[in-house]
Amino acid sequence: MFYREAGQFRTSYAADSQLLPLRQDRVGMAIILLLAVAVVPFVANDYWLSAILIPWLILALVATGQNILMGYAGQLSLGSAGFMAVGAFACYNLILRIDGIPFLLALFLSGICAALVGIVFGLPSLRIRGLYLAVATLASQFFIVWALDKFGWFKNYDPAGVITAQPIIMFGHNFASPREKYWVVLLIVAALTLAAKNMARGSTGRAWMAVRDMDVAAEVMGLSLLRTKLQAFAISSFYCGVGGALFAFAYLQTVEPSAFTIDLSFRILFMVIIGGLGTILGSFLGAGFILLMPVFLNVFFHKAFGKAVDATITSALEQVIFGVLIIVFLIFEPLGFARLWQLTKERLRLWPFRH
Amino acid sequence: MVDFWFFIEVLVGGLLSGAMYSLVALGFVLIYKASSVFNFAQGAMVFFAVLSFVGFMELGLPFWAALPVAVGLMILVGMATERFVLRPLVSQSEDTLLMATIGLAFVIEGVAQIVWGVDVRRLDLGIRDEPIGWLADSAGVLVSQLDITAGVVAGIMVAALALLFSRTKVGRGLRAVADDHTAALSIGIPLKHIWMLVWATAGVVALVAGMLWGARSGVQFALVWVALKALPVLIIGGFTSVPGVIVAGLIVGASEKIAEVYIGPYFGGGIEGWAPYMLAVLFLLIRPEGLFGEKIIRRV
Repeated sequence: MFYREAGQFRTSYAADSQLLPLRQDRVGMAIILLLAVAVVPFVANDYWLSAILIPWLILALVATGQNILMGYAGQLSLGSAGFMAVGAFACYNLILRIDGIPFLLALFLSGICAALVGIVFGLPSLRIRGLYLAVATLASQFFIVWALDKFGWFKNYDPAGVITAQPIIMFGHNFASPREKYWVVLLIVAALTLAAKNMARGSTGRAWMAVRDMDVAAEVMGLSLLRTKLQAFAISSFYCGVGGALFAFAYLQTVEPSAFTIDLSFRILFMVIIGGLGTILGSFLGAGFILLMPVFLNVFFHKAFGKAVDATITSALEQVIFGVLIIVFLIFEPLGFARLWQLTKERLRLWPFRH
Repeated sequence: MVDFWFFIEVLVGGLLSGAMYSLVALGFVLIYKASSVFNFAQGAMVFFAVLSFVGFMELGLPFWAALPVAVGLMILVGMATERFVLRPLVSQSEDTLLMATIGLAFVIEGVAQIVWGVDVRRLDLGIRDEPIGWLADSAGVLVSQLDITAGVVAGIMVAALALLFSRTKVGRGLRAVADDHTAALSIGIPLKHIWMLVWATAGVVALVAGMLWGARSGVQFALVWVALKALPVLIIGGFTSVPGVIVAGLIVGASEKIAEVYIGPYFGGGIEGWAPYMLAVLFLLIRPEGLFGEKIIRRV
């Protein structure tokens, strides 16, 4: 009833291939964007902006990157946090060493740096696949964090081994408050999400999916595996790199290489699984869920048991719940939240009737 | 001459710590061989097993009583895993199963910490982690007694498992299931029993590995990361080969120590963490199926 597409005809190629063919989706997206730009930053307080919304958007961007590689191109990777680290430290060094470089350019270049590193570590994917590749990507994770930790140059020889992100200065204005940072992050994430959506539905995305479903067959049909796989690695790492740079500049401010552990990689992996493999929407839902889950549990435990429960117990319990959720999702809804949303839409189309 | 003996010492130390890696990797191979599941939770199982063992001892059980209780517990954990994680996910892709075992690792790690706490504990097996006197005196080579024990235990376990796989009826069943579980089921091989058996055995292997590692470095959360040490071993040895694991373990252990001692100083040390992975990746580029792995031919 609410979600009827009857009567909406696509009468031209342009109409057929547009991003959101349904009027409801277009209106809905416009409302969401409007809310995100003009209402949310004024309603939410600084805590919500800087501790929930900014990391959510950033992690959703990283999850989108991981999803491109894993959900679309079918290359299992356990090293996404490593590429985030590359982005974060590249951005820091670019701003530090190149006088007057615009922030957006530095951000873009740090994404490129991550992409280049991604291509190098994606090379084994040409020879190996599946589980072997997953283990090989761990090499990138360990190597990158080690290298950033060991070579002082990356950290400008900071004695404490941390970097402090420079202020975000664009167009002569310092985006310092949580609200301004939120806008910056929102702008970048929205733009890159749109790009990802477009890549995914176009020939690029189809090539990825062909490789995912059966790479030998894709090659027989004339797709260049070399090009497609490395492209997926590069673009995925680009997203992770930009996400990592934003993570450092808009969220953490002070970063050490060991912030980008394998644990973070796993969390990003979980976001993609729980949100939905091979959907852009899923990256956002999954990131929101994985981020909010601990916050919610903390509040819940606090309400339920007060201070009686040790913090180590709650964090261990949180770990258990994460693990159980992963298994439950893999068993019952391998396509994640995105699939649940799709089912809801199908229900809404017929509501209040069942058939 | 001093250099030469020093090299031998590094080499032997590496080989023996490699035997410890093999011990952990053995659990992986066991499960992969029988069910094509890459069990990322093996490290968590090692941690949980030895933590429970020490926990039982703290509760007042003597060593020889705590051991069977811990073994029983690991068998239960293995069976529960089969029942609640693996069986519902049967015939899913390998990647899905890998992700499920990452989830499983989180669960086991969390449960272990909730039940037994997060303190570091000592484990005394009565084997001293000190260089053997006469060897140090006569040849100047420092070899720890614990390392030798680990090497011997790893060797025995590998031999036992290799025999199990190749000579017994259960072993034949295991290989049949690994090859094609639908076909195995249709000719009357009891799939569920086989899987339970494998997971239980993997649990016991984890306990043995955990006890040796725990005696060396204390029973603590860091044991979880031992599994990450075992992954390059697995890659080089091939996922399906029991003897491959021991050879690869020796290669990884030796090359890791040699790299750390001779190449490490040029980079400021600490390359142990990734050097084995790099070795594994390079290895894969030359021989993607590993040293003893089966070559998989894919058809379209």
